[in-house]
Amino acid sequence: MNYELITWLIPLAPLLAFFIIFLVTYKNNRLSHSLAIGSAFISWLLSMIIIIFAVTNQEVIEKGISSSISWLPTAETWLKIGVQVDALTTITLFFVSWTILMIFIYSVGYHNFGQPEGDHDRPGLPPHGAEIIDQEGKHQHVPSIEPMYARFFGFFGLFAFAMYLLVVSNNLLTLYIGWEIMGLCSYLLIGFWYAKPSAKAAAQKAFLTTRIGDVFMLIGLAALYTITGSLQYEVIFSEDVIHNLATTISPVLGLSWAGLIGLLIFMGVVGKSSQFPLHNWLPDAMEGPTPVSAMIHAATMVSAGVYLAIRFFPVLSAGWDGGASITTPMLVMAVIGSFTALFSATIAVAQRDVKRVLAYSTISQLGFMIAALGVGAYVAAAFHLVTHAIFKALLFLGSGSIIHGMEHGVLHTQEHIDPQDMYNMGGLYKKMPITFATFVIGGFALAGFPFITAGFWSKDEILSGAFNGGFSIVFWVLAISAFITAFYTMRQISLVFLGKARTEAAKHAHETPNTMTVPLIVLSFFAITIGWVGIPEYFPVIGGLLPNWLETFLGTMLPGEHVVVEHHSSIPLITSLVVSLGGLFLGGLLYRRITETDKDPLEWSLSGFYKVLANKYYVDEFYQFVFIRPAEWVSEKIVYQLFDQKIFDGFLHGIGKISIWLGEKFRYWFDLPVINRGGDKLASGTRKIGTNLKVTQSGRIQDYMILALAFSLLGGFIFYLILF
Amino acid sequence: MIPLSWYLILAAVLFSIGMFGAISRKNAVAVLISIELMLNAVNINILAFWHYHSQLLGYTEINGLVFAAVVIIAAAAEVAIGLAIILAVYRVRKTVVASDINVLKG
Repeated sequence: MNYELITWLIPLAPLLAFFIIFLVTYKNNRLSHSLAIGSAFISWLLSMIIIIFAVTNQEVIEKGISSSISWLPTAETWLKIGVQVDALTTITLFFVSWTILMIFIYSVGYHNFGQPEGDHDRPGLPPHGAEIIDQEGKHQHVPSIEPMYARFFGFFGLFAFAMYLLVVSNNLLTLYIGWEIMGLCSYLLIGFWYAKPSAKAAAQKAFLTTRIGDVFMLIGLAALYTITGSLQYEVIFSEDVIHNLATTISPVLGLSWAGLIGLLIFMGVVGKSSQFPLHNWLPDAMEGPTPVSAMIHAATMVSAGVYLAIRFFPVLSAGWDGGASITTPMLVMAVIGSFTALFSATIAVAQRDVKRVLAYSTISQLGFMIAALGVGAYVAAAFHLVTHAIFKALLFLGSGSIIHGMEHGVLHTQEHIDPQDMYNMGGLYKKMPITFATFVIGGFALAGFPFITAGFWSKDEILSGAFNGGFSIVFWVLAISAFITAFYTMRQISLVFLGKARTEAAKHAHETPNTMTVPLIVLSFFAITIGWVGIPEYFPVIGGLLPNWLETFLGTMLPGEHVVVEHHSSIPLITSLVVSLGGLFLGGLLYRRITETDKDPLEWSLSGFYKVLANKYYVDEFYQFVFIRPAEWVSEKIVYQLFDQKIFDGFLHGIGKISIWLGEKFRYWFDLPVINRGGDKLASGTRKIGTNLKVTQSGRIQDYMILALAFSLLGGFIFYLILF
Repeated sequence: MIPLSWYLILAAVLFSIGMFGAISRKNAVAVLISIELMLNAVNINILAFWHYHSQLLGYTEINGLVFAAVVIIAAAAEVAIGLAIILAVYRVRKTVVASDINVLKG
């Protein structure tokens, strides 16, 4: 089989689906979603072929599949684009293809395919539900189909194309194209319900915030291209180039070029993977439909930032010898990553919205990965990237299922409550057993429930990487974050599923259709099993039962023998056991029996600080005060009132006045006397001459004859004068 | 021998009479006759000069005769057409008075 060609084809199917849906089939919902899911399935199938081929062939892991074509001519060379498959691409393709396919299928149920159209539904607003008369003649409220159903799948096709393009490309050019298309899709899909002011604002916020990071990243790419003359990975990551970058000094702050470029590209990662201080767009992005949250803002797009960081690890770590003296970009990553992990984990404990908790946990987990890269735990970061994508997609889809079930209850009871508020739920485990089971699996994976779940293995790897590398501050910060993670996960599970129903709507919640539950089951299978590929060999008792396949596999990505010294310490293991079980236990204990009237236990235990957490440390308010308000002030007072109204308008009005004055003068001095009266005179003069000459036209032949005689005499006389 | 100037005086007189008639006569036919007079005056001039020239040269040239013949032919054609026009106008307007035929008056 021609594996290069297959790799080329992976991104193309969803792109084709995107064009066909928007150009042809956008009026037919069934055809549109069939096309989108079909394209996702084709991409999934091709990815699976590639993955199986790559995993079973040692040669591919070592050398990789690669193929390029020349795309744009530059002065002397060509900008090349192409695809490649190596170990990192393979594992990324694995979770991308699975989550994309599952989320595509899930969206069919989420957008109520097969339900009637709503009575008052308008494009740009979430469906409000329809009223139907059932067989017994009773009026019933049922969910209604999304008004812009086909459009949603079109955008998803474009998004899937961009993600696959980013993963399989072998150069920064197409990676950046995919990166930016995903930014666009994120904007379009967060603002999918564009008639909601909050969704519109969230879309703009997401777009602008990620743009800040992207600008720095573009500068970094430009610098990299200027120095190395290429955007191909094989050139950039070759040992000579890395060595050059690490040893030459850039003009900024005495950093090496590798350090500077690494920092600039890391800024792009900060924006895309929503690390502090550019993290605040992601929770707002939950305004979009839940499949969007699951796909873009948990499983794939934010993972793309971490993917880029892992991909760029050779540059980021250029000059690092494997010891405790890490490079500047790595230090920044370790600090920002661990800080973000702790920071957003603490915010997550005080959120009431089921999706916002998950959003902050996403930020926190991405912080884990960035911190892991910062301390040099390359494999652990990639491992956690995969497991997190799987279980976070599962959790988000589960939360969508919960919301869907709650909306069902709300429609039934006609209560005016927020179906996303966890305090309006409770006791859902009886109503939605499949969602409950899968959500618990996902939540335990997130919390790192020992031995069974995937999250445990990857998180344990990160913790031991930090500990064994000698970065004890990072280790303890991450450990505390992991504890808080387990705590808020159990808080969420308890609030949503356990205890008694706190509202009427929760009593009437309903399990969601098969199209939604089947993806949950598939993903929960992976949320458990995917961890087993990376069990470290030094692990007590079960270590070594299964080979640590992942480390060998991903180890091929690192140049040379880059093995971190293993201390075989049991401290990280004990810590991860304690934090996950302790957090889960505490969360369950505090929130198991919350009733309608109870307040959040954290509210009295943390007193004033709870408010700070609930308000997300006032970061949004801070940005509002420091950036947005001054920007608005400048645009209102200076740009609009001073520049626009006074200077520009004044200048234009001045030109207008001068023109009017000049026009008047022209009118009185030139137009009226010369053009106007001259024209009149010409006409009246012609008329006068005509009147006077009229007498010669007597019509009598003999008069003409006299005239002719007179003229010929006169002419003769003049002729005579001239001649003689 | 009759001197050249007599012929020329005769021709001038004849021409003046013709001109006067052409300008002052009312009857279109009389105008036409006057034009004939003028043409013949010119013919006398031509022939007189021809004869005088032949005598100066000592032999006879035919040019002048041909010229006079052409003028007579032209005059004949002109009279034919002129009379036809006058007849046609008379049929329509029942008049041959030149000053009444003033359709072109401005």
